[in-house]
Amino acid sequence: MSQTPTLPAPVYPREAPARDGVGASVRRADARLKVSGGFDYSSDLSADQALWGSTVRSPHAHARIRGIDIAQALAHPGVRAVLTHADVPGAKCYGLKVADQPVLASDVVRYHGEPVALVAADHPETARRAAAKVIVDYEPLPPLVDPEQALGADAPRLHPDGNVVKHVHLERGDVAGAAAQADVVVRGTYEVGMQDQAFLGPESGLAIPTDTGVELHVATQWLHDDRRQLAACLALPEEAVHVVGAGVGGAFGGREDLSMQVHASMLALHTRRPVRIVYGREESFFGHVHRHPARLHYEHGATADGRLAYVRGRILLDGGAYASKSAAVCLVASGTAVGPYVVPNVAFDLHAIYTNNPPCGAMRGFGAVQTCFAYEAQMDRLAEALGIDPVELRRRNAIETGSQMPTGQRVDGPAPVAELLERLQAMPLPAEPAAGAPRDLRELPGGVSNTTHGEGVRRGIGYAVGFKNVGMGGGVDDYSTARVRVSEDRGEPLVEVHTAACEVGQGGITIHEQIARDELGIQRVVVLTPDTSVGSAGCTAGSRQTWITGGAVKTACEAVRAELLRRAVERCGASDTALAVKGGAVVADTGALLAPVAELVAGDPIDETREYRPPRRTQPLDENGQGDSFLTFGFAAHRAVVDVDVDLGLVRVVEIATVQDVGRAINPLAVEGQIEGGIAQGLGLALMEEVQVRDGIVRNPSFTDYLIPTILDMPPVRTEILEYPQPLAPYGLNGVGEPPTIASTAAILSALRAATGRPLTRVPVRPDDIVEMQAA
Amino acid sequence: MRLTCTVNGERQEVDCAWGGESLLYVLRERFGLRGAKNACEQGECGSCSVYLDGTLVCACLVLAAQAEGAEIRTVEGLAEDDRLHPVQEAFVQAGAVQCGFCTPGLIVTTHDLLERSPHPSDAEIREALAGNLCRCTGYEKIIDAVKDAAARLG
Repeated sequence: MSQTPTLPAPVYPREAPARDGVGASVRRADARLKVSGGFDYSSDLSADQALWGSTVRSPHAHARIRGIDIAQALAHPGVRAVLTHADVPGAKCYGLKVADQPVLASDVVRYHGEPVALVAADHPETARRAAAKVIVDYEPLPPLVDPEQALGADAPRLHPDGNVVKHVHLERGDVAGAAAQADVVVRGTYEVGMQDQAFLGPESGLAIPTDTGVELHVATQWLHDDRRQLAACLALPEEAVHVVGAGVGGAFGGREDLSMQVHASMLALHTRRPVRIVYGREESFFGHVHRHPARLHYEHGATADGRLAYVRGRILLDGGAYASKSAAVCLVASGTAVGPYVVPNVAFDLHAIYTNNPPCGAMRGFGAVQTCFAYEAQMDRLAEALGIDPVELRRRNAIETGSQMPTGQRVDGPAPVAELLERLQAMPLPAEPAAGAPRDLRELPGGVSNTTHGEGVRRGIGYAVGFKNVGMGGGVDDYSTARVRVSEDRGEPLVEVHTAACEVGQGGITIHEQIARDELGIQRVVVLTPDTSVGSAGCTAGSRQTWITGGAVKTACEAVRAELLRRAVERCGASDTALAVKGGAVVADTGALLAPVAELVAGDPIDETREYRPPRRTQPLDENGQGDSFLTFGFAAHRAVVDVDVDLGLVRVVEIATVQDVGRAINPLAVEGQIEGGIAQGLGLALMEEVQVRDGIVRNPSFTDYLIPTILDMPPVRTEILEYPQPLAPYGLNGVGEPPTIASTAAILSALRAATGRPLTRVPVRPDDIVEMQAA
Repeated sequence: MRLTCTVNGERQEVDCAWGGESLLYVLRERFGLRGAKNACEQGECGSCSVYLDGTLVCACLVLAAQAEGAEIRTVEGLAEDDRLHPVQEAFVQAGAVQCGFCTPGLIVTTHDLLERSPHPSDAEIREALAGNLCRCTGYEKIIDAVKDAAARLG
C-alpha cells in the first residue's frame, strides 16, 4: 500500500534552530507539536479502511487450553477476522533473548492476561464485544506463584528446561575467613514489590499490508529487534518487514518486549487491510513486563573501625511466566549487589525464576534498584551497630577510580562516590516547621485528607547512594548506526540525521541534533523519523543512546566533514593551514573562507553512514561471577527529607536533594529532566507503586488502584550536577537516565526509618507498615 | 446517533456508529482532533482534558451525546494562527515536555487555572494540576512552566 520513501519524513517540521550545539540547553524540537496537540503518537495513527484489533486474554494465571471456539465471534456483525495460535504464520514463540513466549497461547496459559486470540472489526467496540464471544475452554491448573517454591526440586516445571531462567554464582575472596574475624555483623531480608513502568501512552500501532509483507508503525524501544522477532513469527524475510518508529508516550523499559506488534501484523496480513491496535489502560498492565519483584537476603560484616570485611547473600528475582530480560536483570543485580563500596570478600547466589506471575523484565534501573534498596538498608543498619554516622560509613567504604568490583572489574572511569555524599551533606536542608505554629493542612502528610493536626508528625532524613552500569553489558555487541546527509536547500546547507534510535521522551533527538550541529558547524539540522531502512541503533535502554547513537552520529558527521574538506581542497587548492567547517562554510584557521558548504554540496549531497562501537567490549561473567562485564558506571546520591504521621501511617516527602556525576551534560535542561523524573519513579516505588498479584491474578490494573505520584506527591528537587569526563565516551559524556531512579527509593526508606524507628524492609511502604509496627 | 456541537469555534456534525462513544473518541476518531489523549480513559490521568461549555472536563468521562449543542475547546484551539498560546510557549521553554503524552491535558488544565487565578501560589498550582498525571518529568519543570506562563500572561 504505501511505498517506503528513500528518506523518511522529519520527526518534526523545523524553523532555523537556535545556534546551540553540545552543552547548551537546547529546547526540544518536537515540543511545539507536543504542546499543540499535533504530535503523532502510535495511538494517533490511522489509515483509510483501517480495522481495529482486539485481544482475547486469559483470565487464569495457569490453565490448560482444551479448545478455542471462534464461531460466534466470527459471526458477530462487523467482524473481519478472528485468529488463534493456528494462524501464526511462522515461529509460534518470540522473545528478546529466549523465544519462549507464545504469540498466542496454544495448549497452556502461564499468566493472567496472556493473549489467546485476536479479533479485527470495523469499530473498536465491535472488536471488544466479539472478543468476548471467543469461547476458550480452560482447565485451570494450580498457579506456581512463589519463586522460592518454584526453585525447589519438586516444583512443577513451567518450561521444558525447568524454572530457573538465570543463576549467577558470584564469589570473590574468602568470605568464611572474613566472617570469622568480623567485629560486627548485620543481617537483613528485604523485599521489593512489582513496579509498573506506567508510561502514559498505551501500547499501540498501525500495521499496513504491503506487496511483499508488512509496514508497522509502532511505539517501541528497538525497531530492529522488533523486526527480527516479527519476521520470524510472520515467516517473512526481514526485508519484507518495515518498522517505523511512531511517537512514543514514555517507555522506561516497558516497550522492550513485543506487545501488539505481531498481532496487528497478523490481522493486517490476514485481512489485507490496515489494522490499528490501541490498548486501554487495563490492558496495558497486561501488555508489558514489570519490574522484577525481589527477595534479598544480606549479611554484612565489618571491622570495628567501619571497614566492610565481607558481604554475602542470596537474591531471588521473580521473572514471571516468560524469560524477557530476566537474565540481563540478574547480571546487573550481580554487578551491583554490594553497592558502590570496596568489599574484598563477597559471595552471592542470584536466581531469576519462572513463575505463573506476570512476566517481568526491563524497567529503568534494571536490577540495580532492587539491590540498592537492600544494600543501603544494610549500610544504615551497620552504621547503627557500629555507632558511626551512616554517611561517614558510606564515605569510608566508597569505591573510587581504580577500585575493584566484586566481579573483578576495575573501575577505570570517574567514581566520585565519596564526593557525591560530601556535596549532598553540604546542601542546605529545608526549613523545619515552626514549633507550635498551626500548620497548613496541605503541607501535612496526607494533605487535606489528614484528620489530625499534625501532632504525630515526625521528620526524618535519609541518605543513599547508588550506581548502575551504562550501556549493554555481559558481552553484548553494543553498537549503533547513523546516516548523516548534507545537502543544499534554498541556498543553505541542510543536515539530515537518520538513525533507528527510538525517541521515547528522553530527548535523544535533541541530543543528536546538537551533536550534528556541533560537528558540522551547520545550523539547520533535521532529525528524521527512525525506521529500519537504516542500520540498527540498538535499544533505547541502559542509559546508552546519548553515548552510543550519539557516537554514531558524531562518527558519521566526521566522515561528512572529511568529504567537505576534500571537496574544498579540490576546488580551492591545498591549504597551508588546518581547515574546519564553521558557520556553514569551510574555513582555514586563519579565518579565511574557502567555500560555503551549500556550494560544495549543491546538486551532489554528501551522504555517509557509519557504525559506532564504544572502545571496550564487555564479557560475560564466568562461573564465579567474574569478568569485565560492564562498559562503565553512572553514580548518583540522594538525600530525602520526610514528614511521617506515625498515627495515620501517612508520609509526605518534603524534599529530595541529589548529586549526580553525568560526565558531560550535553543538554543540561534535559539532564535535569531525567534526574527529576527518575526521582519521581523512585518515590513511587518507595511509597505507593505496586502491581498487586494474588495467586497470580493482577488485582489493580488501573490508575485508580495502581497509584503513581501526582504533583501533590512530588516534592521540590534540589540538584547538583557534576561533570567528570568519562574517558571512553564522546565528549566525556556518561549515561544519565537510570541513576536517578536507583538510590532515591533507598534514601526515602532511610528517612522513613529515621522518622519512625521501624525496620521497613519492604517497598512500597504501606500505611499499615508504619502504624502497626508503631503499635507493636 | 447524530451529534451537533461547536469545536474550537467551528460547528461540527457527525454520525456516531454507537451511542456509547465518548466525547474523547468522537474528538479523536471522528473530528480528527487527536490532541486530547487516551492515556487511561477512566478519568484518572487528565490527559484528555478539554473545555465543555467553559468547564474543564475529562473528555473520556463525557458521553458524546452529552455534548449535543455544546461548545468544546481543545488544546488545538488555544494557539492563534501559528503563534503558540503563552501557556504552550512556557511549557516548551521550561523543559516541561518529555514524552509529551500528558502535555495537552496539562496545557488545557493550566490554561483553566490561569483564567481563574492569574498568579497562583505553588500550593494552588499543585492543587489545580493534581488530576494530571505525568510519568516523565517529576513535575518540577511543569511548575516552572505554570509560573512562567503566569508571568507571560501578566
